[in-house]
Amino acid sequence: MPLAWSVQGEPIRIGLTPVFLDDQTSFVEDWRAYLERRLGRPVAFSQRSSYRDIMDLLLQGKLDFAWVCGYPYARYESELRLAAVPVYQGQPLYRAYLIVPSGDTATRSLADLRNKLFAYSDADSNSGYLVVQYQLLGMETRSGEFFRRTFFTGAHRKVVEAVAAGVADGGTVDGYVWDVLNEFHPELTSRTRVVSRSETYGFPPLVARRGVDDRIMREVQGALLSMDRDAEGVALLKRLSLDGFTQGSSSLFDGIRRMMAAVRGSSGAAQP
Amino acid sequence: MLHNLSFRYKVPVRSSILILVTAVFVTVSLMYRAYDDMRRDLLFNAEGMSRVLVRTLVPAILHDDVWQVYEVIQSAYPAAGADTTLASELIMVLDAAGNTYVANQPKRFPMLSDPALGGPEFALLKRAALQHQEETPAVVDLDLAEYLYLVMPIVSDRVRLGSLVLGFPRSLFLPRFLTIAKRAAWMTLLSLAVLLPITWYWAGRMARPMIQLADCMARLGTTTPEHMRCDLYESQDEIGRLGLSFRRMLAELQEKHALERQIVVADRLGAIGRLTSSIAHEINNPLGGMLNAIDTFKRHGNCEDERTHRTMSLLERGLLQIRDTVAALLVEAKAGSHTLKPVDIEDIHTLVAPEAAKKSARIEWHNELRMPIDLPATPVRQTLINLLLNAVHAVEENGLVRCRVWARDGRLHMQIINDGRHIPADKIEHLFEPFSPLSETGHGLGLWVCYQIVQQLGGDIQVHSEPGSTVFTVVLRYGENE
Repeated sequence: MPLAWSVQGEPIRIGLTPVFLDDQTSFVEDWRAYLERRLGRPVAFSQRSSYRDIMDLLLQGKLDFAWVCGYPYARYESELRLAAVPVYQGQPLYRAYLIVPSGDTATRSLADLRNKLFAYSDADSNSGYLVVQYQLLGMETRSGEFFRRTFFTGAHRKVVEAVAAGVADGGTVDGYVWDVLNEFHPELTSRTRVVSRSETYGFPPLVARRGVDDRIMREVQGALLSMDRDAEGVALLKRLSLDGFTQGSSSLFDGIRRMMAAVRGSSGAAQP
Repeated sequence: MLHNLSFRYKVPVRSSILILVTAVFVTVSLMYRAYDDMRRDLLFNAEGMSRVLVRTLVPAILHDDVWQVYEVIQSAYPAAGADTTLASELIMVLDAAGNTYVANQPKRFPMLSDPALGGPEFALLKRAALQHQEETPAVVDLDLAEYLYLVMPIVSDRVRLGSLVLGFPRSLFLPRFLTIAKRAAWMTLLSLAVLLPITWYWAGRMARPMIQLADCMARLGTTTPEHMRCDLYESQDEIGRLGLSFRRMLAELQEKHALERQIVVADRLGAIGRLTSSIAHEINNPLGGMLNAIDTFKRHGNCEDERTHRTMSLLERGLLQIRDTVAALLVEAKAGSHTLKPVDIEDIHTLVAPEAAKKSARIEWHNELRMPIDLPATPVRQTLINLLLNAVHAVEENGLVRCRVWARDGRLHMQIINDGRHIPADKIEHLFEPFSPLSETGHGLGLWVCYQIVQQLGGDIQVHSEPGSTVFTVVLRYGENE
């Protein structure tokens, strides 16, 4: 079927952030073409630099779908619908890694990084922010007092770079991102050392705004969930080192909800 | 060591040193120039870079987005920091208090740290950066510093947020310097290769006349001036003039030496002359008495006895022979004589001709005398006869004798030339002594007599002999001094 016939009508708008999918323009373009063919209608990807921007667009109805972190999903759950959860190493789960420069052989846990420089990826990221915030609760302190200085890099990959270059003494990073980097860019990850791996959390999901058309929701879900069944889809998934997508359930993100509640409860003035 | 070296080597060595020194100077000035140029280019680019960076950094610093600041400064010199073993540009953003906000070498200058901890150089840098107020880049060039710095304040709406520092390692200049030095070394070698043969040739040309002169002067110590034969360079330059002076000096030396020898000979002959004449006088006095006694005895004595008569005659003949010999030694030039006339000279030609004819020798006769001359004829004739007879004896069969007599400027000249065997130089000194061993015939008094006569007439007699030509020259003054 010629492509031109298939891309008629209102486009489906999907939001992405570099927090997690970093600088993969060609992949995004290929994925878009794949989805257009599968859905038989135009697909438009919007990329924004932070989860906050993407969530704003989604909540304002300017996007239909977005690939976001479990943390914003848990926060805005009432206005969102879970579309699909990626399957990584057979499970829709991932971990957060605490990393330090490879030259630092002394650090055994987060507690050893007191009064050090620390890198987060995004304030709306689970693995890149919330996990550490939750751990700091256990030490009865907040990041502003525990660390000497913290900063956001806006992407998991850049947390790895900041720690590798020594700009930060430690950082928290999406374990999936670190693993993928370790596979394709070992020269970068080799300059860092993973101090600890967190428990598992629900993998950053694809969500839809609550008002999205049911038919479109079903079509998109169908296209995503069956990606692992055709060669082109498998090739695209392989580029992301993912096994596929699954329906997933809201309960996958219970761990995140628990941490979110704990952090909110403690600080009063909650992080955004 | 160089001090004692010949000019042959001194000049090329010195010019090589000169070439090397010049090359070093040129290289150093080129390096200095290159450093200056590089520094200017670098700072020009760095100024543009720092203006752009500051503009870009202001919003990031306002939002306290330290990672973005890091990414911006990291992108300015992407190579920097990647390989920490190589010298690379240092970019630092200092906060308003002068502490590190972030640097592109985060391990060396961690966030929030005091840059002064990096070393004294950075303490000075920090102070310079804080003191710099204008919103233009300023160069901070510290002595012996690792980097050359450019500092620029980061200002937003007249509020100072901090400072941007760009540091360029001085070791970046090194490869350029090495290239220049290498090129200069090659150029030096090339110019040495071209100039060394030229200076070698020049030195050879320059040194040759000096070496000749020096060798010649050195020989002066071991060789007598008469035998010196010096091949000297002729020119109007200093060495040429030196050579000329040396030759003049040598000629004067030779002349002086000859004169000294002449004086020695004349002194000796004078002494011999005085000795012989006093001996002759001493002999003559008793001799006259003895001859008178024999004469008286023969006339009035008892002479009938044959033996006595024979003895007396024997004594008388012996004594007469002694008298003749002594008379020959006692040359008396001024014994009463008439004035010399041209015909007196012609007579001598006639007298000598038969002697010459015996050996078939030819006599070339040039008598240019036309008027009588105020000189005693007898001694002059005797001198001329002696010299001519000597000449005729000296020539081989069919030899040639030339005689020329002329008067000029109050002097009578007599020159007798023969082509017989020449007289060796060492014999000439003793030529005029009495009983000359050179005389093969006669009693060897001929030249002695000539010499005595010429001396007594206040003249001069000279001999010059070389193979094929022996010349006797007699010069006698006449007129004014008589």
